[in-house]
Amino acid sequence: MCRIGSIKSRTPIQPSTALRLMLPQQEGHDNSGFAMVLQDLYGIFSGYKDKPLLSLSCTQKGAQLVEDYMDAHNFVQIAEWLPVPVKTPGLSIQAMPYYIFRNYDYPEDAVKMTEREKEDLLLDTRLALRKILEESGQGFVYSFWPDVLTLKEIGDPSDIATYFRLWEDNGCLAAKSIVAQCRQNTNYAIVRYAAHPFFLQGYTLCANGENTFYTKNKEFQKSLHRGYIGFESDSQCFLNTLHYVHHELQWPLGYYKHVITPLPFEEIEEREDREVLTGIRQSLANLEINGPNTVIGVLPDARMITCCDSKKLRPVVVGRDENMVAISSEVCGINEIMPNRDMTQDIYPNEREVVIIGNDLEVQRWRQ
Amino acid sequence: MEAVRTQDVGVNDLPWKIEYDRDRCTMCGSCVASCSFQAIKASVERKSITRSEGREPKPLHEHSAIPVIKQVASLTDFCRGCGMCEKVCPNNAIRPVRNPDTRKSLLSRDNGPIKRGGRTNLSAGRTLDHIIVGRISQMTDPSLDSARHTFDIRAPFGRVLSSKELPFAVVDGKLVKKGHTPPVQYIYPLIFSDMSIGALSTRAWEAVALAVGYLNEKCHLPVRMSSGEGGMPVKLLQSEYLKYFIIQIASGHFGWNRIIKAIPYMVTDPAGVLIKIGQGAKPGDGGLLPSAKVAEHIQAIRGVPKATLSSPPNHQGLYSIEESVQKMHLSMNAAFGFRVPVAIKCAASSTSVSVYNNLLRDPYKICGGFFLDGIQGGTGAANEISLDHTGHPVVSKIRDCYLSAVEQGLQGQIPLYGGGGIGMTGNAAADAFKMMCLGASGVFVGKVLIQLLGCVGNEQGRCNACNTGRCPTGICTQDPRLVKRLDIDRGAQKIVDYVLAFDAELKKLMAPIGNSTLPIGRSDALVSTDKAIADKLGIQYVC
Ligand code: SF4
Ligand code: SF4
Repeated sequence: MCRIGSIKSRTPIQPSTALRLMLPQQEGHDNSGFAMVLQDLYGIFSGYKDKPLLSLSCTQKGAQLVEDYMDAHNFVQIAEWLPVPVKTPGLSIQAMPYYIFRNYDYPEDAVKMTEREKEDLLLDTRLALRKILEESGQGFVYSFWPDVLTLKEIGDPSDIATYFRLWEDNGCLAAKSIVAQCRQNTNYAIVRYAAHPFFLQGYTLCANGENTFYTKNKEFQKSLHRGYIGFESDSQCFLNTLHYVHHELQWPLGYYKHVITPLPFEEIEEREDREVLTGIRQSLANLEINGPNTVIGVLPDARMITCCDSKKLRPVVVGRDENMVAISSEVCGINEIMPNRDMTQDIYPNEREVVIIGNDLEVQRWRQ
Repeated sequence: MEAVRTQDVGVNDLPWKIEYDRDRCTMCGSCVASCSFQAIKASVERKSITRSEGREPKPLHEHSAIPVIKQVASLTDFCRGCGMCEKVCPNNAIRPVRNPDTRKSLLSRDNGPIKRGGRTNLSAGRTLDHIIVGRISQMTDPSLDSARHTFDIRAPFGRVLSSKELPFAVVDGKLVKKGHTPPVQYIYPLIFSDMSIGALSTRAWEAVALAVGYLNEKCHLPVRMSSGEGGMPVKLLQSEYLKYFIIQIASGHFGWNRIIKAIPYMVTDPAGVLIKIGQGAKPGDGGLLPSAKVAEHIQAIRGVPKATLSSPPNHQGLYSIEESVQKMHLSMNAAFGFRVPVAIKCAASSTSVSVYNNLLRDPYKICGGFFLDGIQGGTGAANEISLDHTGHPVVSKIRDCYLSAVEQGLQGQIPLYGGGGIGMTGNAAADAFKMMCLGASGVFVGKVLIQLLGCVGNEQGRCNACNTGRCPTGICTQDPRLVKRLDIDRGAQKIVDYVLAFDAELKKLMAPIGNSTLPIGRSDALVSTDKAIADKLGIQYVC
């Protein structure tokens, strides 16, 4: 099973903290990769919070293809971080030649665009880049969004961190929100896109477990939104659903839980809002999940969310102190980064609960 | 010496031959009395015996006339193999034996096409038996415990809107419903399908209805029953139990006068309305109730004289899907104030997907279910040629319809129900489970119910005499003497027990794939040992 984790902090933290959260949890296949999404960035990107940031790994040719596309579409490059890797022999990493993290300014005519239109522009640009890189086999693009950075690679997480100098805590990369995960999807082919966290229009999500409704979810999502593509991992479905419920339908966040793990009919019947809940259950039956899963997500407004399946087959724990809140598959990870917290305050969310971490680190528990 | 007459019908021309043991027979007459087809009779045989009793042979010739049971050599009163004689005989002296040399089918067209009941005897091959539930949850996604976990076995029946069409508004951070949505019922995914009072004896119909009542009230399984064409008893129409019934309207509109007259007095809504366009057993043919079965009470319920009742092959005035949607669906919806799902039932056909697409795209969103009836469906009476040579298997058709909806992102909006041969080998739960994985929301069954009541008919030519009014088990006849053979309570109990086992078995299949809700569309859970079937259905081929 994948171990997943996230940290939301009052002050910017560096990726090594996320690694320290994840590494003690490792077992089995858990050393096969590393992926993280940083949001609410500090360090070298602090000056460009409102400018879309492109995260990709590619070959030199891929970099050129991307540049050509961005130029042709009037995106103006304004900042860039090109990691200078430590190429010590023996490191377990299947590195790509280039890793590009680059801020762009919107094209000029974006001034007239609504927020929604801008969001669509960013999505369509990422999808177009992905297509170009995929067809040419020259690279991978993970996110293109203001104040969001994604790094993914195949290999041993600790070596990957060495490679990118993440253990050095040099202040380059820092963020108030980090979601991380330390393995590749080992079910199917090892593909970089298959490693969570996944990102879509401001939504970040990672999930563990087995999505037994993958086929149903996928068949339905394919026609729901052009951004729901790939499906290299069954966990992408959870992100698509979160995006669909919250961003497309614009339903209040709590209904996400009603969509993925609907209440049994008998319980719905007892409730005042049964008409709404039955409506949801009818219309979104294909977005239900019915296997063992835990989800950790981050919303465009940087709030963090976690919940698990309706039988609580996959555990998750939330630990906190005054400065940070961490969500993690296993408590040992949290013990590593917050050894002095009040453990009696730890939350083990139940199967009918959604835990939300606000931007002031206030933890809310919503009952489904 | 007798002369051979070639054209005479002999017992050996018939599908069943009676094996009779004269030595065991006490001539009690039970078999003759029990044979509703008059296929056997008491007769006398001349016997010539030569015996010798002394030490030396002193042959004595003796001629005696002895009573025996004899099979009738007739193309009309022929043995159906129902086995009632065998069942009733206290001495095991008689039984029907299948005759491989029968010429009956060839010879009995003197009075036009052969008519019979039952289901196809030719296309009895079963796709579902080549499909296995092959995705077993282990390791990371644990199997569930069928006895311990709670399972939410409910299927939608009614028109489901897409999430964007739901009339929801956000008020104080909560969704609130602001408008009308089509009625959707969550029912048990096993519908007792349309067998009319008329096709069935009142007792048999009552037994099925009683089982439905019991399953709902005592077992909390929301099983629904379709009335079949021909109406329902007024008392039932005006009772609380109406909520368990799906009223059927078919092309003959039999019984609708009564239903419409009862509407003002109904204390509850019916579970649904099912417009029957076609039937899998005899596509292109309307319902058929031979006059032999139109007894007085049937005349009363249907409002007809004693005559053969043929429903037309089409609903008069429906020339297109648009009309069907506009006229039938709208009027049926309107009749119950848009509170009751209205579904249609069609015979599976190579054109089913087009019909389904049209229904899916109808702007009124008032078709609440698409019932596809396959070639293995049963019927009370039909031309044998239709039964054996027309129709379409239901399995791939359900799949085609589902996948067509998937392509458009409309899956689930009009629930698919598949029927026709479900439970044919006795295990309806496995059939239902597989059909659901392929995209059906549920299944409907008919034949298996009457088989539980005692029907002995099968698809190897046994009995299938439902059209004759002489059903030996009292299920498919209105003859009061025959009907008495059927015990309503025991029959109902048999159905209840079967459905309870069905429920347990369904859980036994849901548990290993790790799901507590119905696996509608979970084709990934299935594999097939037949490459052609796997390819056609889009599931994994395994060997
Ligand atoms: S098997 Fe049935 S039809 Fe044949 S003789 Fe016996 S009772 Fe009559
Ligand atoms: S037992 Fe009755 S219902 Fe069954 S096949 Fe024979 S006639 Fe038909």
